[in-house]
Amino acid sequence: MEAFSLLVHGFAVLLTWKTLALMMVGLVLGIFVGVLPGLGGPNGVAILLPLTFTMDPTSAIVMLSCIYWGALFGGAITSILFNIPGEAWSVATTFDGYPMAQQGRAAEALTAAFTSSFIGSLFAVLLITFLAPGIASFALQFGPPEFFAVYLLTFCSFVGLGREAKHKTIISMALGLLLAGVGMDTVSGQLRMTFGFSDLLRGINFLVAVIGLFGISEILLTMEERLALRGHSARISLHVLWNVWKDLPRYWVTLLRSSAIGAWLGITPGGAIAASFMGYNLAKRFSKDPESFGKGRIEGVFAPETAAHASGTAALLPMLALGIPGSGTAAILLGGLMVWGLNPGPLLFVEHKDFVWGLIASMYLGNIVGLVMVLTTVPVFAAVLRVPFAAIAPMIVVSCAIGAYAIQNAMFDIWLMLLFGVVGYIFKKVGIPLAPFTLALVLGSRAEDAFRLAMIGSGGDLRVFWSNGLVGSITTLAFILLFWPVISKAFGRVSELLQPAKRTG
Amino acid sequence: MSSETEIAVEDPTAPAEDSPPVTSTRVVEIAVYLVLAALALLLAFDNWRTGMGWASDGPQAGYFPFYLSIILAGASLYGLGRTILNSSEGREAFVTRDQLRRVMQVFVPTFLFCLFTQWLGLYVASFLLIAGFMWMVGRIALWKSLLTSFVFSMIMFVTFDIAFDVIMPKGPLEALFGH
Repeated sequence: MEAFSLLVHGFAVLLTWKTLALMMVGLVLGIFVGVLPGLGGPNGVAILLPLTFTMDPTSAIVMLSCIYWGALFGGAITSILFNIPGEAWSVATTFDGYPMAQQGRAAEALTAAFTSSFIGSLFAVLLITFLAPGIASFALQFGPPEFFAVYLLTFCSFVGLGREAKHKTIISMALGLLLAGVGMDTVSGQLRMTFGFSDLLRGINFLVAVIGLFGISEILLTMEERLALRGHSARISLHVLWNVWKDLPRYWVTLLRSSAIGAWLGITPGGAIAASFMGYNLAKRFSKDPESFGKGRIEGVFAPETAAHASGTAALLPMLALGIPGSGTAAILLGGLMVWGLNPGPLLFVEHKDFVWGLIASMYLGNIVGLVMVLTTVPVFAAVLRVPFAAIAPMIVVSCAIGAYAIQNAMFDIWLMLLFGVVGYIFKKVGIPLAPFTLALVLGSRAEDAFRLAMIGSGGDLRVFWSNGLVGSITTLAFILLFWPVISKAFGRVSELLQPAKRTG
Repeated sequence: MSSETEIAVEDPTAPAEDSPPVTSTRVVEIAVYLVLAALALLLAFDNWRTGMGWASDGPQAGYFPFYLSIILAGASLYGLGRTILNSSEGREAFVTRDQLRRVMQVFVPTFLFCLFTQWLGLYVASFLLIAGFMWMVGRIALWKSLLTSFVFSMIMFVTFDIAFDVIMPKGPLEALFGH
């Protein structure tokens, strides 16, 4: 039980008044961000990141991850009370959550959402606790070819498994990788793609791009819509809490199924949003009474929320163990790690034990504290929505600018942020996904370094990516995932031919 | 059970549902593909100039980005061709006139805010942005707008510049107080 003793040590790192206070601050900010229209997990973490620049890495990551948990909890509040999903993965929560609120069962729905979120996260955190160290120590044997193969796998699975049009995902990813290469080349010292602009020498900072893409563009998009709100208010009493919790064991199959789906899709890059829908749909399919879904069934809240949180949390597993984020927000957290001078990846478990286990312990503690907090303070946060958007929008703009400037103390970055805001707005409207771009931008230079080191090692022979069983199977898997839509279609056709004709009608 | 009170927020300047479209998604999509393809070619050229071949010790600096620009150009041109050939897709409005007006209501002040930050410093610019936006776009009473924006800017100043030591661009006003 090495993991267990390390975890206990992690709790010891955490249990100081300062860290606990930061945790609370992070959760409050996170719930706030999750409740506000036009802001969600990735935006919130990106905007609030500069607050942590002067902290030590452990405090910083604890606060940031708490912002993330808070935002996940907060998203459920708007979905249920106002029928406004704060994030794509809260959409499925509105299907049954909002009808419940309309029937006067808002408190019940909220309790169910928070509780199942907690269960989903806990499942994923347990997975991280026991799997991540093993994966990390396995990955310690990786050389540059293996690492490049893993990066390739990440990129390919985004293209192959993503829901968007393939060429749009490729565009987003290629652009991200290209922009990551702007500036001074670390290997040869040559300048690339700077076109003589001295401001581009530093390269395009990942966080500046993210703040623009998610923060500014989201404000522009939100303004397009009618911002009038109409919703319910709710207070969770102990009585309701007890009633929901009492029934919880009856839904253990749903909870477990959704947790497992969420954790699996969270680890796979690009699968976070699909998790909540899949959790919901499977709960509906396996239900004895599928007709009652969508009309205010509590199981319809349990299923998507558990899956969404499990996937949101599990996305941190590949980030910690391999240095590959499983979601947009995880990518931003990874960007934060680099700012604090930590190199995410398997070595983190060896060189920065305190940090890693502090973070994992904070996942447990943050979720427990977060659960208690949202259960008790729902009315306060629902009231936040009374603040007119005209007051919130400019404040978000200012926070974004502070964030962008603080990273490198450069005015140029504020302009860059504005440019990325416009780009993000247009991309979202024509359906070019932003998550692959984010991921490519944060991984770009490391993927390129791994590629070049592998090439230098092999003397320029591309066969190095099939030189042993491990790297060969990862590379092959990457190509299978890249062409997955084609392959699954081909298999579908074959199995159709083999099966007897389906009954019609 | 729970105590139910309705929360309602009105939106006085909401875009009308039937506002005429400015342009269709299709047109914007074609423009985006053209810009991306042009950018890809420009970057490909720059990387070709840097050197995209093999040196004695492995790939040259331009190798990796050169092939990425080729991929980007390929995907953009594919998208361009698909959008042009498939004329039934993307007929819906990209933005309506009312929506564009609202987006500009945020974008223009944000742009001015960035511009003013260079001369007046971030905090003065943020005071002007928030107060101006609340008053003019949100139709919120002037004193409320001024007060909110003053309090917010002060909180930001104290949090970042004093408590967390994250230094922001400053202008003549801060200089007056010796910062």
